[in-house]
Amino acid sequence: MATYNTSEFKSGMKIMQDGDPCTIVENEFVKPGKGQAFSRVKIKNLKTGRVVDRTFKSGESVEAADVMESELQYLYSDGEFWNFMDAETFEQIAADKTAVGDSYKWLKEQDLVTLTLWNGVPIAVTPPNFVTLTVTETDPGLKGDTASGGGKPATLETGAVVRVPLFIEIGESLKIDTRSGEYVSRAKD
Amino acid sequence: MPNYRSSLSCRDRLQRRAMMYSQIREFFARHDVLEVETPVFSQAGNTDPAISSVVADFSSEPVAQSSVNLSDNSAENLFNQSINKSDKRYAHSSPEFAMKRLLANGSGAIYQICKVFRKEECGRLHNPEFSMLEWYRPGLTYHQLMDEIAELLISLGLTAAVERISYAELFQLHLKLDVLNASVNDLKACAIENGLEVIGFDDDYDAWTSMLLANLIEPKLGADNPVFVFDYPVSQAALASVREIDNVAERFELYINGIEVANGYQELTDANAYRERFEQDNKKRILSGLPEINMDNRLLNDLSSGLPDSSGVALGLDRLLMILSGEKNIKEVMSFDFQNI
Repeated sequence: MATYNTSEFKSGMKIMQDGDPCTIVENEFVKPGKGQAFSRVKIKNLKTGRVVDRTFKSGESVEAADVMESELQYLYSDGEFWNFMDAETFEQIAADKTAVGDSYKWLKEQDLVTLTLWNGVPIAVTPPNFVTLTVTETDPGLKGDTASGGGKPATLETGAVVRVPLFIEIGESLKIDTRSGEYVSRAKD
Repeated sequence: MPNYRSSLSCRDRLQRRAMMYSQIREFFARHDVLEVETPVFSQAGNTDPAISSVVADFSSEPVAQSSVNLSDNSAENLFNQSINKSDKRYAHSSPEFAMKRLLANGSGAIYQICKVFRKEECGRLHNPEFSMLEWYRPGLTYHQLMDEIAELLISLGLTAAVERISYAELFQLHLKLDVLNASVNDLKACAIENGLEVIGFDDDYDAWTSMLLANLIEPKLGADNPVFVFDYPVSQAALASVREIDNVAERFELYINGIEVANGYQELTDANAYRERFEQDNKKRILSGLPEINMDNRLLNDLSSGLPDSSGVALGLDRLLMILSGEKNIKEVMSFDFQNI
């Protein structure tokens, strides 16, 4: 079993905490001139996304987590599993609902997304920061309206609902920021 | 010079340090404190279990057997044989022991600006090689020394006023904790109450108090004015004298903007007391699986007729310079940091 000592801690390192794979977001070395050294660490649970602060006495060891990220192409979903493919090896892998989480809203067939694998099993799916999706449903557009104003909800091809400006119409392609879930602009063809 | 991220030019940042050093030297000249220099490398090391000393190898390169005549007892050959021996020396983690030997030999008030070395200390506020200002004042109490440090800070233009609070009052004020009488369980409860998640501290009172101080109190310390925290738990006396009647160690630390800047003592004066502290340190080292460190017998010998009643302090100059120039990382005040040389 691989372990890391606190002196090896650095951001991006993958470790096991509370039985879950986690990543070190931030690590600060703290040492009083006279006294015990320790590491103040921000840790993100890769399954839940929860971030906690934890203080480790220097010299403590933690178990390494076998976590890797790979970029795969999204193929399709059967409602229970989401299927992805390595574009080079054509190897396919399926992620379940827990791993996909809220990311399902931004998964468009053929798009490249990042899968986080723990011991070879997908635990998280991260869509690209920006995706282009088509409007399938929204109230009729208002002529002459500019980007200002209150906006309206629009349903996109993946089922996601975002607020869009009033002039947007069904069938248009929109650029969406997946991190905030917000409309950015009309997609340039 | 490469890798400078700050907006300050190379010349500007070098000048800041040079200016601070010249102001410090002027200050001590006015106060009749003598600048001294002591060796970096010593045969004896610092026994403090929390400090890991750098070891330098001064052994001579191996000499071909035929060139050394073992039956020749001439002075020259004996000398050659003696320097062929292994000679590993500790780089000082502070110039404390050598300066105390000078004090015991009648130096009077002295100060030193020097580089010191500590293994495994690297971070936003740490560089394994850093600059220290250390000074000793025979005849001054540790509270009088705090006055003098305050004067120095004022003369550097850092502040107009310096505050003081005892270690016990500090924990009472921030954590409602009677820290000097607290059990390890009380300290754990306090950590939990304040939402801290802590790993590996076992039942070590000193580690818990250090951790509570650093996580919960330190960030707020010295935000308005620099503040001295004084009178530490006896178990954290280091080489400070203990005031039995209050059961505290006459030790102080200076904090500015949440950063620990200096550590000082009412100095122990008795050689036997030093020997006992060194022995305790080595016991703790063995318990934690750390190497034992040869205690400094030359220091103990020089102290055999006692150290004059003195106070002394060590102050981190890189951190002071960080604060003076508003930098957030110690790298920003160094010509080259440890990763970059």
